[in-house]
Parts: sequence; structure tokens; C-alpha cells
Amino acid sequence: MTAANVVADNVVPTRRVPVSRGYRFELVKLVSQWRIRLLVLACWIAPALFVAAVSRQSTLPVDTLFGRWMHATAWAGPLVMLGFAGTWALPLLTSVVAGDVFASEDRLGTWRHLLVAVRSPGRIFAAKALASLTVLLLLVTGMACSSAVGGVLAVGNQPLVGLDGHLLTPSDAAGQVFLAWACALAPTLALAGIGLLGSIALGRSPMGLLLPALVALAMQLAQMMPLPVAVRLALPGYAFISWNGLFTGPRQLAPLLIGIAVSLVWAVTATVLAYLLFLRRDFTNLTDDGSARRALLAGALPLAGLLAATVAVVAVTTPATGSGIEQDKVQRSVATAFAHLYRMQTDQLNRPAVTENQLKATAACTKGSVADGAEGAGNDWRCVVSWHLPGVATTGQAIYQLDVTPDGRYVADGDGPKEVNGYFLVRTPVGDAPNPLWQFDGNVELLATSPKG
Amino acid sequence: MDTLLAVRARGITKCFGDVVALDGVDLDVTQGQIHGLVGPNGAGKTTLLGLLLGLAVADGGGLEILGTPVGRALAAPDGVAGFVDGPGLYPSLTARQNLAALAALRGQDARTAGIDDVLAQVGLTDVADDRARGFSLGMRQRLGLAAALLTRPRLLVLDEPSNGLDPAGKKHVHGVLTRLADEGTAVVLSSHRMDDLEALCSEVTILATGRIAFSGPLGKLAAENRELDYRLLTSDTHAARELALGTDGVRVVDDAGLRNDADVLVVRALVPALDELVVGLVRAGIALRELAPVVSPLEAAFLALTQQQEAGR
Repeated sequence: MTAANVVADNVVPTRRVPVSRGYRFELVKLVSQWRIRLLVLACWIAPALFVAAVSRQSTLPVDTLFGRWMHATAWAGPLVMLGFAGTWALPLLTSVVAGDVFASEDRLGTWRHLLVAVRSPGRIFAAKALASLTVLLLLVTGMACSSAVGGVLAVGNQPLVGLDGHLLTPSDAAGQVFLAWACALAPTLALAGIGLLGSIALGRSPMGLLLPALVALAMQLAQMMPLPVAVRLALPGYAFISWNGLFTGPRQLAPLLIGIAVSLVWAVTATVLAYLLFLRRDFTNLTDDGSARRALLAGALPLAGLLAATVAVVAVTTPATGSGIEQDKVQRSVATAFAHLYRMQTDQLNRPAVTENQLKATAACTKGSVADGAEGAGNDWRCVVSWHLPGVATTGQAIYQLDVTPDGRYVADGDGPKEVNGYFLVRTPVGDAPNPLWQFDGNVELLATSPKG
Repeated sequence: MDTLLAVRARGITKCFGDVVALDGVDLDVTQGQIHGLVGPNGAGKTTLLGLLLGLAVADGGGLEILGTPVGRALAAPDGVAGFVDGPGLYPSLTARQNLAALAALRGQDARTAGIDDVLAQVGLTDVADDRARGFSLGMRQRLGLAAALLTRPRLLVLDEPSNGLDPAGKKHVHGVLTRLADEGTAVVLSSHRMDDLEALCSEVTILATGRIAFSGPLGKLAAENRELDYRLLTSDTHAARELALGTDGVRVVDDAGLRNDADVLVVRALVPALDELVVGLVRAGIALRELAPVVSPLEAAFLALTQQQEAGR
């Protein structure tokens, strides 16, 4: 019997640390960092203060979706916050949390210590990914709940005016608001996956930390460009916009679901690439700071291929053509929103109730000098809305100037007559009130097909 | 052979691209032994320690750690602990929290894991609740050792554990390592501090450019070595010098002046010739106040062997 064999009889084979313990270890490390603690506090407190303060101001953030309704209902505030979060907060939070979770070990020189303790790079990866995901969920949940609480305390649990002008009951509004926040998790996960990939591929380089924010910025810039619908929907950040479709009737689910699916595919792909890159890492090399070549070959190229593939799939499987902003869709959207908001104004003015069916509202829109077949984004849309009132022979007409953005959102600005939509206030029996027909936000469903004939 | 081997390496090779970090390295470390690893920078010490800790896998050869053959996967068997290139600590956690997190990672209850005990062993009880961010290098080294002790290792692998240690810290660390070895733990440590290695190690391995230049007991190293320079302080330097010049096998090294100490005599000799000189001094009524090697036998052997190896390439 050899010496080694003698020892072997007493040896317990390698026991790897379970992912659950590694997960707790990673959480302890994350939560012990002051910046993470501050972020958690900020996400659970700042949105409530912001929504409460802004809701009580005389000037509302009307250039932000649902901002004009912040004085009227608690549920507009969380949606304003969601718009801000999708643009700035979530990409930056993802950068700080997921973009740093691996790079921090490089910075501290603790990789070897961790590997000796855990004995499995795969489990280290899983624990880190889960821990960063948990912290991100905590931050997102904090922003959603905090802004809702701030709104309820400052304004009250009132109905919310949807993007097509219809009223959502407070309970429906609350449900849709939290659903919208849940939908925003998908692109957040995609950014988190990209953050993990950057953190591993680029090591201590600041680019690794900034990657999610830079990718998010690039996606936002792309959404502002006049891209074909198929490309727009195939970008992983589209779900930060497509939650808008939850606030129309019927809900615009197709773009929302496509946006979520694309985001999740990006999240999985980026995470798998990060995992493979991590397993191939040489942990004996302390100076491993990643390399641009590796980041390009193992990160950027596969994701570029994924983008091309998703564009192709979306183009083939959906009725997506051109910009998606077409004359008849704009006309229908404006007429529908006008009818809903007219009912609201009628109620404000204490006039006899009227239904959308009775109004039979229609819109005739032109874009610049194009009267027939107009399409595309721009601020040169002009619509003439016509409607009928029961027992009145003449047809009412009102004019709107529309600023339509490439993602299908628009702001309709009333251009008269003054009694209908030309002034920002209406005189009600209880005093002056904001005129719902003066300016309103709307949404053109990019994927919707035009009714033929 | 009844000795239990904690490490048995045969023909280990490891390359990083075109660079051969380890080239056919053999290493035996028995349980209860403190084994020193020395070599110039880039000799492959850290790579070898990394293999023992499961941070890398060898490209060729066989490695058994605590009786378990090490496979192709990254992971050392249970019972192995230590650090290379400094201990890994989380600056936002206190010393106690660092150890508690590590204990929890291993499924131990922080209250019963012996955290206070290991902190006391390395002399960090007073700063147990201070954040590691403010720790000096020596304190970090000691906390790293405490983290390793927490796992009750049977093979402890340490890279330069004496770096940054003050005399008190060094005493703590030496005491801990000696006690561990007495209890049967094998300790493999690398260091550039030859005095530390001579004080602690029963065997050493000298690496040069990825190859073993020497491996074995310190005594064997001294026996294999050539002449050493010794520093003599006597009651009559002139007479001692004359006596040294007349002793076979002893040469006087005329660099005492360079040392700014005219009372010191430096001679070069093998141990038997030196013994003869000492006997002669005593017979001549010259008091021998101090006798010490100018460089330690290990350091001299290290320099000689590594230079030889370099020249042979």
C-alpha cells in the first residue's frame, strides 16, 4: 500500500459549496457595500417623495407620458417613474449592480480566495448572477411600490385616463401599473445579462461597468430614429416602451409580448455567453483585465448575430412593415381618444351623458401636404375630428396638431374651437378645471393592420 | 515507506501560451511537515501553489493531494486551504464578518465555527470588529491565515505569509504554523525570507525557471553546498587573521573594510575547516565573540543553485 493510498482511505472527496450558500455569501457582500445600501434606500424612498411633490405642483411634467394626469390620480405617478426608470434609472442601476458583480472581485483581488472557498466557477457564476438579480428586483420593486404609495398619499386612489382616453377604475389602474412595472423587468434582465457579460469580458475596465448604460443609451437613440418596425421591436429595450399598450382598450399586447420575448432571449443569450467566458477564465493570472478582442469575439459578435436573427424572425412572423405609423391608424387612434375624452368633458360640464357610439367620432388626418396615404413620424400631422351629438343636426368639428414620435406615441394639441379643445381650462359648475380635450397623449399601435375596405 | 503524503506531484508541467511555468516538477510533502518553496521571481512558485489550491490544472504529470488524484476540473479536495498573492478579503466587512461569511459558505454556524479562537491565534482579537478596509498588509496576512485556519486544513498553502508582518505578527504566524505542523497538518509556504524558511521548514524545494534545482532537508542542502562566508568577531582581529591565513581550507575575504567594521574578520571555508579555525582561535587564547554566516546557508545555496541552473540553460 503506497503512502498516498493510505491517506486516500481517510479523505473526503471534494465537496463543492451549494449555490444557495454562495448566493447568501454574495448577498452579504453586496449588501455590505454602502453604495448598494444607498441605492436601496433611494429606490424605496425617493420615488414616493418625487411623485408626492410633483403631483402637488401647479406645473406638471406634461412632456412625460401620463405626466399631465399626476394631479388627478395616484396611478399616473408610478407610470411617470416607469418612463424615467426605463430611460435612465434602470440602465444605471443595472450598471452598478450587474456590471460590477464580477469586476469587483478583480478590483479586490479576491478571485482566488473565492475559488478556493467555493471550488466551482460554475457555482460562483450562478450565485453572483442570482444575487445581482435579487438586488435588482429589490430596487425595481422599491421604485414601483414607493411611487405608488407616494401617489396614493398625495393624490388619492382615483381612476386613470388611459392612452386612448378611456377611464380605468382605480383597481384596474393599480393592476395595470404593477403589470407595466413587471413587464419592464424583461429589458432590465437583458441589460443585467449584458452587464454580467461586460463585467466578465472587460474585467476592471470601466467599460465593463458602463456597458449596460451604454447599450441602453444606444437602444434609446435607435428608438428615436425612423427605423422599420421589425428592427424597433427586435431591440431588447423596446419593452421599456411597449408597456404603453397596456393602457389602451383593447390592450396592444402583440408589441408588448414581442418586446418581452426579445428581451428575455437577449437576457438568456448574454448570460450564457458570460457563463462560457467565465468558465474559460485563467484564475492564476492576476493581471487578467479582459481584452477588447475577447469582448468583441465572445460578446459583441454573438449579440449582433442575435439582433440580426430577431429582426428576421419579427419581420417574417408579424405584419410589421415600414414605420408602422400609417394615416388610417393615426385617424382611428385620434378619433377613439377624442370620443373617450369628450365623454369626460361632457361629464365635467354636467351636460347630458353621451356614449362613444352616439358620438360616431371620426378623424381626417394629413401629414404636411400629404392628404392621402400619409405615414411616418413627425410633428406636421394635422387632424380634423368630427362627431355627432344625439338630437343635433350639425356635425361638430375640432382641429388637432399632432407630434408623432417614431415609436408610435403622439401628443395631440387642440387647435380649436376654443369651447371644445382650444383652451386649457373648461368652466364647470364647480369652477375651472383642466380641459381633457385641450392636449392629450395617444399611441398608434405599430403592428396593427389597417382594416380593408 | 510509512510516511503519509499530503502532496505527491510527479512530472508536473504547466504552460501559459509559449511560457513554460513548470517543467517536470516532482514534489513530496509529508503530513506534519512545513515545506518551503523558494525561487527567483518567475520561477513557477505561485503556479505550483495555485495547482495545490485547485486554482489551475496541470497540463501534464500527476498530482495527488491528500491522497486524492487531482483531475482536470478546477477544485482542490477538502482539507486544503490557503492563499496565493495575498489573502482575499472583502474591505466592506469587518474581520469577524469576513470569517463569518466564509464559515457560512462552508455550512458552518458562525457562532460555533471558532471564529474568536482563530482570531486570537493570529493576534487579531482587538481588531475583530474593524473593517478590513483599514487593515495593514501584515494584518491582512494574519486575517488570511485565520480564514484558512477556520477550515481546519490538513494541507495549508501559503504564499509569502510573512510579508508586511511586524515582529509580533511574525511570532504569532510562526507559532500557528509550528503548532499546525505538530498536529499533523502539512504546510507548504513560499517566501523570499530565508530566515523565516530556515526557522520554520524541515524541507525546502528550490525552483528555478520552472524546474526543481533542489528538494530535500535543509541539512542536506548545507552538506551539498560549497564554501560559505563567515563573519568572525574576536578579541584580537589581527592575530585571528594571521591564524586564519595559516589554516588549511580557510581563506580571508578582504571586504571587512567595505563593511566599515575593522574589528570584523570575514573568512570563506567549508564547515570542517571552519571548525579547525575555531579550535585554533581558542588554543591561541583569542576570544571568539561572534560567529555567523554572512548569508544564510539556504540563501547561499539558493543563489548558487539558481545561478547554476540559469547558466545551464
